[in-house]
Amino acid sequence: MILNIVSIVLICAGLFFFAVGTLGILRFPDFYTRVQAAGKCDSLAAVLVLVGIAVYNLGDLSLATVLVSIKILFIAAFVFISSPTATHAITDAALLIGVKPWTKEKNTP
Amino acid sequence: MAKVVTFLVMFAFWVVMSGMFDAFHLSFGVVSCLLIAHFSHSLLLYGDPKSWGRGFFGILFYLPWLFWEILISNLQVTYIVLHPRMLDLIDPQLVRFKTSLKRPISKVTLAQSITLTPGTVTVDIEEDELLVYALTASGAQSLAGSAMERRIAAALEGGK
Repeated sequence: MILNIVSIVLICAGLFFFAVGTLGILRFPDFYTRVQAAGKCDSLAAVLVLVGIAVYNLGDLSLATVLVSIKILFIAAFVFISSPTATHAITDAALLIGVKPWTKEKNTP
Repeated sequence: MAKVVTFLVMFAFWVVMSGMFDAFHLSFGVVSCLLIAHFSHSLLLYGDPKSWGRGFFGILFYLPWLFWEILISNLQVTYIVLHPRMLDLIDPQLVRFKTSLKRPISKVTLAQSITLTPGTVTVDIEEDELLVYALTASGAQSLAGSAMERRIAAALEGGK
């Protein structure tokens, strides 16, 4: 019962951050700011959802479900390592080929 | 020494991942972990054996703080994204700043942590200079000499 509530709260928080990340992609003005919204909100959201699933999975406690939950937590850990690496690589590549960043001075009269 | 520790870590990982405890699967695990430990132990552990445990526990104590920071700064970005006059709040800029961290692993940890906290992305590291893209001016100013850098120094370089 308590596990259910905890996992529902975690997954809903994760979905909220996914929604915010998507909204950020739509609203931000240029490539770099969009990468920010896509890369970061999603890494937190994905981890929250994964932890929520891991907690839900512990509902009927046995060795098998504990092992599955540990595997899900490993997925979360690898998301945490790979997501910033990908964000960094995409931003660096965009800067190398000369995508111009949006700046405040240029765009406000 | 490095090979033995690598083997133990790899085998623990194997047991958790496979979830099978019969002789057939465990012997497969032993063979493949021995091969990995023999050929690539220098990837996981290098340098002075005394620094391994400190690095591990340093990271372990650093992670909860990092997760808290990620949560806080995610809420700030959420506020910016949902604000009706969003374009007035953001002021994107590229900033360079020097880090005092010495070991490559701690520089990478700093770069990854900066990228993980929303509002800032590490674009490049050259020697001891980081190129960071920040979403707001306050985010750019809070980088140099930050608490994050001090904590990584304490966790991975034995304090200063």
